[in-house]
Order: sequence, then structure tokens, then C-alpha cells
Amino acid sequence: MFKFRSERLALVARSVSLAALLCSSALVFAQTPGRPATPAEIKAWDIDVRPDFKGLPAGSGSVARGQQVWEAQCESCHGAFGESNEVFTPIVGHTTKADMKAGRVAALAKDSVPQRTTLMKLSELSTLWDYINRAMPWNAPKTLTTEEVYAVTAYILHLGDIVPADFVLSDKNVRDVQALLPNRNGKIAKQFMWGVADKPDVQGSSCRVNCDPKVELTSRLPDYARNAHGNLAEQMRLIGGVRGADTTQPAPSSFVAGANRAAASSAKPPSNLGNAPNPTKLAQQHACLACHGVDNKMVGPSLKDIHAKYKTVKDSAALLATKIKAGGSGVWGSVPMPAQAHVPDADIRAMAEWIAKGDFK
Amino acid sequence: MSTPFNRLGRLQKAPEFFLTKDVLATKGDERRAFLRNAFVAAGGVAAATASSSMFAQAAAATSGDPAILNLPAHSKGLGAPVAAKGYGTPSKHEENLQRRESPGLTRVGAASVSFAPLQGFFGIITPSGLHFERHHQGFWDIDPRDHRFMVMGQVKNPKVYTMDDLMRLPSISRMYFIECGANTGMEWGNVAVPTVQYTHGMLSCCEYTGVPLKWLLDDCGIDLKKAKYILAEGADGSGMTRTINLKNALDDVMVAYGMNGEMLRPENGYPLRLVVPGVQGVSWVKYLRRIEVGDKPFGSKDEVIHYVDLMPDGTHRQYTSIQEVKSVITTPSGGQVLLDKGYYNVTGIAWSGRGKIRRVEVSVDGGKNWKDARLETPVLDKCLTRFNFDWTWNGSETILQSRATDSTGHVQPTMTQLRAKRGSRSIYHNNAIQSWLVSANGEVSNVQVS
Repeated sequence: MFKFRSERLALVARSVSLAALLCSSALVFAQTPGRPATPAEIKAWDIDVRPDFKGLPAGSGSVARGQQVWEAQCESCHGAFGESNEVFTPIVGHTTKADMKAGRVAALAKDSVPQRTTLMKLSELSTLWDYINRAMPWNAPKTLTTEEVYAVTAYILHLGDIVPADFVLSDKNVRDVQALLPNRNGKIAKQFMWGVADKPDVQGSSCRVNCDPKVELTSRLPDYARNAHGNLAEQMRLIGGVRGADTTQPAPSSFVAGANRAAASSAKPPSNLGNAPNPTKLAQQHACLACHGVDNKMVGPSLKDIHAKYKTVKDSAALLATKIKAGGSGVWGSVPMPAQAHVPDADIRAMAEWIAKGDFK
Repeated sequence: MSTPFNRLGRLQKAPEFFLTKDVLATKGDERRAFLRNAFVAAGGVAAATASSSMFAQAAAATSGDPAILNLPAHSKGLGAPVAAKGYGTPSKHEENLQRRESPGLTRVGAASVSFAPLQGFFGIITPSGLHFERHHQGFWDIDPRDHRFMVMGQVKNPKVYTMDDLMRLPSISRMYFIECGANTGMEWGNVAVPTVQYTHGMLSCCEYTGVPLKWLLDDCGIDLKKAKYILAEGADGSGMTRTINLKNALDDVMVAYGMNGEMLRPENGYPLRLVVPGVQGVSWVKYLRRIEVGDKPFGSKDEVIHYVDLMPDGTHRQYTSIQEVKSVITTPSGGQVLLDKGYYNVTGIAWSGRGKIRRVEVSVDGGKNWKDARLETPVLDKCLTRFNFDWTWNGSETILQSRATDSTGHVQPTMTQLRAKRGSRSIYHNNAIQSWLVSANGEVSNVQVS
């Protein structure tokens, strides 16, 4: 079906348009690749909402309805008031009435808050709506109805004291609400660093000799953080001109040639390739840890809490395996855990035994 | 006599530079013969002087090295058969080199990043299994037979392509770096992490195979009078979306399915991702399902709420995209220990989202003096370039740095120069010169200098 000529290939490399290629005698498809997209297909996927609200579906949702959705589907990660820092950075906080007037969040110019909340950064209402619509809830994105998206958006705005408790957000009043956003004027949306020819805002020095006569150390890791990223000897190759520093020990006081050679070579025996599955890795691999922390409650209960609840139950591993596979809700609250039928039985069993044993180290 | 070993401590030139002007004037076979002879001669001398090499071998003091005197099992037994592993994996002795998370950086593994172990890489290509990861809502292994790619918006003929359609088209293969905009982002305020894996490991470089986006936009009849931007959208839960201006989209942006000679890995967007050369990784949308052609920026969540650079006056820069000129020494680097005094090959990588690397300079005195490093070929557009530099460690404390200049004349700035303009809270686009302190005890650590 293809018929190439070498000189045409050379042209391809110079990005001749596909249309031209398809028309040329050198490259012949029975028909052009791809097919027309149907209106229904475009509608199904064209979900983005632009800052000028192009793409926003008609509809509305109340703060009150938003609170219901929030408590059922959002609160477990984001906290009752959108202030939680447990799983994600906070959504609500540190915006004021004065900010709403100015359209600039004053706290951003100072180092006065530990971290920026979503409402501090939000310059476009459309972005918040689109974010919730396309990516929330975290473990079941794109499952909210249009009304629910309006409602949750309204509820967040209410938590931020931007709209009142009896507010109903709709496609008719989004522009009015946009004009209330505390940080609507806090952006530089110029296409910074887009073009290769754009002038950089910071240029380095080209000095090569006697450039900066005094060099002062301004920052280094404190000694107590020496092993904070794990033993670095186990993160470097075992051969070559250097080794990883053994950070389980204090730094040596003086240089000893080859000192770390022996230490690093025996730092970690090759691991259990092909041996028993590592349940921590399995829990990561199957995204269990996306909702269950080992120590902390996130979307679902922590593994330690599950262990504590079932440790006195006879053959708790078998019970847990069944529960993992089937999913369910009610035991730990209303947020449902989806069925995990796609996870191999052996992996489920290994993780269930791990949780039953409670040996999370 | 001058050999690569007994001349240690002086600047070594690359073999090519041993050629005199006369030799350079000769051509083809003649010159190759000269090089061959030169290497044979050098090799002979090296072997003869090996016993006096600085690389002390403790065993030489006894009757000999047990690793030589006692034949190992692999010399006296039968090894494994072919196809023992249908898909090969690295030696178990290389297990230390893993993608790793930075403790405390994120709280949920499905919205996190794993860093590539740059300290262990050679050359410029990142092994696919060690490519850094950034997932916003977990990664998937999508059945490619069910994947669809749509082009719509300001086009005459909105179209849907299957993977079959895309892979039937003529393809191109290109090598590009990909760097997360937040790479080195933890270091804006002060030193926060110990090794180059964590300071610079949101960086990888691969050969991508796919179709130029321009062909597909043309195929759908893009309306060049109205079109100014495109939106790229992923099929994953986060529905990643980024705006790309039309000039870039029509230049070197690719719709790619291949990576390093095989299909993309699931972690990197299997079966289809956008490749946006020189631009931060978030724009390289994975699991690419849709391109919308439009006339205004789209203001997506990762353009308004995330990936915004906070400036000292409290404004946010949105749509910052190009990864500017940058370099880092990967050995010796933070968390490593020098085994001996004497010669070291200081090696590292340099890159620029604006074009090619023109020059890399290395300072072994904390930035007072700079000398050119050797750039190893190939030196490609918006691709990593490997550099090497000969250095002799005399046992005293010093600071190693590298500084890159790109083909547009942009020079990599110091941390001080960056902070003067952008403050220390912007998270993104930190392309500062990296400083590694070599202490007298042989340990190398991450530091910042003024």
C-alpha cells in the first residue's frame, strides 16, 4: 500500500505537510488515515472550559447541594472546610475581603503563610470549574453531574467567604463571580518563556578568570539530615571512582583512601530477585496507597487501623483478602472502596497477610 | 614518556585534539590509520605502567589478588541459557540505581514524582526503566487497541485516529530531553536534598518516534487564520491539559508512540504522548487523547493553579514553558565519596530548551576561574549534551561547578542572579549553577555559595 521514493523520504524529514504527501504520487493510502469525528464524539470529549467560559455547559448548583457532595466525596481528602493539609495542599484560606476588592491576594507578596491555597492562586473561575469537572473526585474523576460540579464550585467559594450560604452558581452569573475572585488580577499571563528567541529575564556571567574573589558557603544540609534520604551508599553504583557515602554513620573526620570501598560494596546484598513479593511494593503498584496511608487516614482507613480492627479476628488474612477483592462501604464510613477484581489473587493474598500481620516496616 | 596515566594532573585533551594541523589536513583512511597506530602505542605504554598506577590495589601486596588466583564460579561452570529472561533486566549488582521518591515531598504516591538516578548514567540517553516519573492521578497501562486520538476545534475536518492510523503514517525519530518545570525546585530557598538524583533527577533524555503534529493539523485542515493556540489533553483521570502556542505546535512538536526503540512505557504515557521539545515536561501530555485548536490560551488547572511561578511582588507567572540553559556535574556529586586523591574525570550533562549547547565551563574553585569542558558528540538541539573535564584532587576542600552556554548565547546564571530577579519562592524553572563541595574527608555534598 505504501510506495516510497527516496527523494520523497528526504522531503518527509523536512516536515512536508501530510496533506501534500497524501496527494502526491509517492505515498498512496487506500484512503487517508483516520476518519471524521462525529458530533457526538466531539461533544463527549470537548469538556474544557476556557477563561472566557467558552465550553461551560448550562446549569446551576447551590452551596447547600455542594455541601452534601462535599461531605460525601471531597471531605475525606480536603477536610471539612477545604483547609486540610493531610493529603493535598489546602484549597481554602488566607484570602480577605480587601483582597476581593483589589483582586490581588496581599499574603502572596509576603512570606506570611506557610503555603499557598488554591483560592490564593485562582485567577480564573473557569479553571476551578474545569478542575473539578475533569479530575475530581480524586479516585473517581469525571463522575460528578454538571449540577454537582456547579454546586461543589459554589461550596468552595462559600468556604472562602466569596459567596453567601444561599448562593446558587450558574452559567448566568459566573462572570459576576469571576469579578469577585481575590486573586483575579494577580497573574502575568504574557507568554513568558515561550519562544526560543524571547529574551531571558536572567542572564549568567561569562567571566572566566578571577571572577568572584571571595566564595562564601551560604547553605548546606544540616548534620541531622545526613540520612534523611536513606543510606546514600545504597543509592550509588558499587564500582567506579566514587562510592555513595555511608550516611548511617557520621561523616569521617579525615580522608582515608578507599575507605568507603569495602563499606559500600557490602552495604546492601543484592535483593530478593524472584523471591517472595514485597507487599509494600504491591500496595504501591496496585494504587492501594493512593487511598490508604500506612499510618494516616486518607480517603480510606490507614493500614494500621485496619490491622487493629481485625487482629483478633480468626484467619483475618482470608477475610481481608475477600474484602479487598469485593470492595464495599459502611465499615469505615460512606466512601466506597471499589472492587479490586483486576488485582491477581496472589497479590491480594500477600497484601492481606501483610496487613493481618501488621508488620509495616 | 607521556601516557594518559602518568600525565594525570595536567589537562588531558581528547584524542581528536592530539592531531596536528598536518594530520588534520590528511583525509580518510590515512588519518584513521594514524589514529589506530596512536592508540596501539598508548595502550602498550599504559599496560606497562599499570602496576604503578595511582589506583592502588590492596591485594597486590600479597602473592596476588584472590579474584585472579582463585577462579570464580562463572569461569568454572555453565552459565544461563538464551532467553532465560524474555525481556532482559539490568545486572542485580546495579540494583542501587533506582527511581526514588524524595521523602516528605508529596503525601500520595499517585500524585507524586520519582527522580532518575542521574549519578549513575553514562552518555545522554536515559534507560527507559529509569526515566523519571510524574503522575498527577496515577498511571495506567492502556490497551492500545482501544486508544483514540482526536483533532478538533478550529479545523475544517475534525478527525479521529486509531493507533493503527498513526503508526501507518511516515514517522520521524528525534532525541530530546524532558525536564519537569519543578526540577531543582526544592533548592530555591536553600539546600534541601543531598544528591544529584534529587536536585536534578526530574530530567530524562530519549529518542522518540512518532508523527510531527503539523502533519496531523494539516490533515485536519487547520484554520491558520483563526488558530493561535492548541490544547493537548490526556485520557487519564487527571485529564492533563496544557496550552501550546501555535508556533511551537507547527515547529517541532511530535505525537509520539516510540521511546528508545520500543513503545512508550506505561509510566511515560503508553501508547501515545505529546513531545514538546525544550518545553517543561507537564506540556508533554501523556495518554494523549485530544488536540483542540483554538484562538486563546485555555487556562487549565496546570496553568492557573499549578505550574505558576510566584514572583517577589506576589504575582504569578503563568504559561512559563521553556526550560532554560542548564548543566550539572553528575560525578563527583552530592552524596559520593572520592576513593583516592589524584585524577578524576569530572562528568556531567548540559541542556537548553532554546537550542544546542555551545559551551560548558567547569570551575574547581567555587566559581573564581572557569575552563572549557569537552563536549562529547552528538550535540543536538534541545537534547542532553555530555561533558567531561580532567581534574586532579589534591586532597583539600574545594567546590566544583559547571556553567553552560547555549546556541542563543544564554548563559546559565548563579543562584544569586536568579534570586535577584525571581525571589526564592517560584518553585519552577530553577536553572542555577549547581555547587558540589568536596570536603577534605573525600565526601561530596550539595552546597550553595554567594
